[in-house]
Amino acid sequence: MFTVIGSLLRHNVEFLAGFTLTVLMLIFAALHFWTPYPGFSLYLLPPDMPPSGQYWFGTDSRGQDVLWVLSEALWNTLMFGLVVTILSRLIAISVGMVSGYLGGRADRILMSVNDTFIALPNIPILLLVYFVLRENMTWQMLAICAALLGWTYDSRLIRSVTISLRTREFTRHGVFSGMSTGRILVREHLPYVMPIIFFTAMNNLIWAISLEVTLSVLGFADSNRPSIGGMIYWANQHQAVISGIWWWIAFPILAVVVLFLGLFMLAMSVNEYVDPRSRLDRMGGAG
Amino acid sequence: MNTLTAYILKRLGQFVFVIFTGVTLAFFITNLSPVDPVEQSLTQLTSFGASDPRAVQMMRDSLAELYGLQGNLFEQYINFWSRVIRADFGPSLSAFPTPVSTLILNAAPWTVGLLLLSILITFVLGNTIGALAGYFRKSRMLRVLGLGIMTINPVPHYFIGLILLIMLGYVFPLFPISGGAQMNIPTGFNWAFISSVLYHGFLPALSLVLAGLGGWFIGMRSLVSNIVTDDHVIYAELGGVPGRKIFSQYVARNAMLPQFTGLAMQIGQIFGGTVIVEFLFNYPGMGRLLIQGIYRGDYSLVLGVTTISIIAVAVSVLLIDLLYPLIDPRVKLE
Repeated sequence: MFTVIGSLLRHNVEFLAGFTLTVLMLIFAALHFWTPYPGFSLYLLPPDMPPSGQYWFGTDSRGQDVLWVLSEALWNTLMFGLVVTILSRLIAISVGMVSGYLGGRADRILMSVNDTFIALPNIPILLLVYFVLRENMTWQMLAICAALLGWTYDSRLIRSVTISLRTREFTRHGVFSGMSTGRILVREHLPYVMPIIFFTAMNNLIWAISLEVTLSVLGFADSNRPSIGGMIYWANQHQAVISGIWWWIAFPILAVVVLFLGLFMLAMSVNEYVDPRSRLDRMGGAG
Repeated sequence: MNTLTAYILKRLGQFVFVIFTGVTLAFFITNLSPVDPVEQSLTQLTSFGASDPRAVQMMRDSLAELYGLQGNLFEQYINFWSRVIRADFGPSLSAFPTPVSTLILNAAPWTVGLLLLSILITFVLGNTIGALAGYFRKSRMLRVLGLGIMTINPVPHYFIGLILLIMLGYVFPLFPISGGAQMNIPTGFNWAFISSVLYHGFLPALSLVLAGLGGWFIGMRSLVSNIVTDDHVIYAELGGVPGRKIFSQYVARNAMLPQFTGLAMQIGQIFGGTVIVEFLFNYPGMGRLLIQGIYRGDYSLVLGVTTISIIAVAVSVLLIDLLYPLIDPRVKLE
C-alpha cells in the first residue's frame, strides 16, 4: 500500500498535485484545534473587516474571524464526509461482493434493491427526513441517511470486479481446500477490490460534502455547528453578496473547490492506476 | 418469450418496485416520526394568522384524514396509497385552500422543461467533446478544453450556480437573477413569452449543464480511448475506411451504448441538482415549491412534492430504459 503511494507520488504528477492539495486542506482544517478565539463566540471582533494583515481572511458580520471559522468548518465538513464515506463503503462492499460472488437468486434480489436505490432521488428524500425530524436532525443522523443512499453505484462496480474473480483459479482452490465463503471474500477477493474502494471513496467523499454543503446552505442542518454550508447560510442571512462582504462567501467556496480538486485528481490518478490500459496508454505502450 | 419482451417486463417490474419502495419510504418516514404531523402543522399554521377556530378544526380533520391517522398502521398505509393514486394530497396549508396537486401541476412544467433541456444539452455536449477528446488524443485544443471541464467537474451545483449568479447577475447584470419569465407577459405559446422563459432559464440551465458536463466527458473519453485499440477499429483503419466513418460508425456508436444506460441512472441525481438551482435562482419549479413547503412547515405540500418527484424520476428512468432497445440492437436480436 505505502510502496504504491510512494511510487505514485514519484511518477504521477496528477497524484502528487491531488495529494498535496488534499493534505494542505487537511492541515488547514486541523489547525482549528489551536484557534486563538475561545469557543467561537459571536461578536468578539469588529464585524465586516476586509482581509488584512491582522485578519487574513477578514471578519464576518457576526464578529468572527473568517480564517478560524473556516478552519473549523472545513474540519466538521470533512468529518461528516468521512463518516458517510466509511459507512456507505461498508454497505457497498458487502452488497457488491456478496452479490457478485454468490450470483443466482441472491444476486438478482440484491441488485433489484440496488437498482431501486439508484433510481430514488436523494435530495427530496433527505429533505423529507429533515422536515420530519427538524430539531432532532443531528449531523450524525444526516450522515447515516446519506450513507444509506450513497452506496449504490459503487456496489455495482465492486460486483462487476467480484464476478470476474469468482471464476479464477485461486477461488476454486480456496473452495476446494474448504475455505468458508466469508474467508474467501475477505482474504482472497478483498485485496483485488481495494483499489476500486479507494477510487470510489474519493468520489463518495466529494458527493457527501456537496450534500452537506447543499443542505446547510438551505438552512436544513444544525446552523450553529460551523460547516462550509453553514458559513454560506449565515452569509446569505446577512446578505453578504449584496453588501459586498465577498470574503465571507469567497473563502469557503475556494476552500471546498481546492479540496474537491485535490480529491478528484487523487481519484482520477488512482483510476488510471487501477485500469492498466490507460496506464499503458500514458506510457505510450498502446499506440 | 423473446429477449425484447423479457427486457420490457423486467423494466416494468423494476419500475413498479421503485415506486412501491419510494411511496412506502415516504409514508414511513412521515408516520414513524416522533413529531405529531397534525399538531405541528397546526402550530405552524396558526402562527401564520389563520386563527378562525372553525377553519382550524376543519384543517385538523382534513389533516387527520390526509395523514391517514384513522385506523391502524396498515389501514393508514392503504389509505395513503389510494391518495397517491388519485394524486390527492389535500389542501396546501401555506396556500390554503389551494390543493397541493394544483400547486404541483403549476410548478411541474417549469422543472420538466429546465430538466429536459439541460439533460439534453449536457448529454450531447459532454459525449461529443468526450468522444472527440478520446479519438483525437493529440489535439491541443481538446486537451485544454478537457482540462477546463475536469476542473469544473467536482464543483457542486450550488457553487457553480452561485458563481454564475454573482458574475452574470450582479457584477455584469446580463441575465435576470430570479423568476421563470417576465411578470407582465401572459403565459402562452407566443414568442414574447417563450423568449422570456429562455432568457430567465439561461443561468439555471447553464449551471446544471456545467455541473453535469464532466461526468459524461470523462466517461465517454475513456470508453472511446478503449474502443480505439479494439481489433475491429484497427482492421477498419487498415482496410482504408475513411476516418470520419470510423469515428462515427465504429467508435462513437459503440461507446454510446453504456452512456445511455448511465443516462437512466443519472436522472435521480440531476433532479436533486435542479432542486438547489431552482432555489438559488428563485425558479418557479417543484424544487422551489418543496423548499418553500419546508420553510413554511407545509406538511401536505412537502409530502406531495416528495412523492410526486419520486414517481416522476421513476417514470423518466422507465422511459429511457424502454427507448434503449431502439439504440442497442443486441437487446432485440439475442
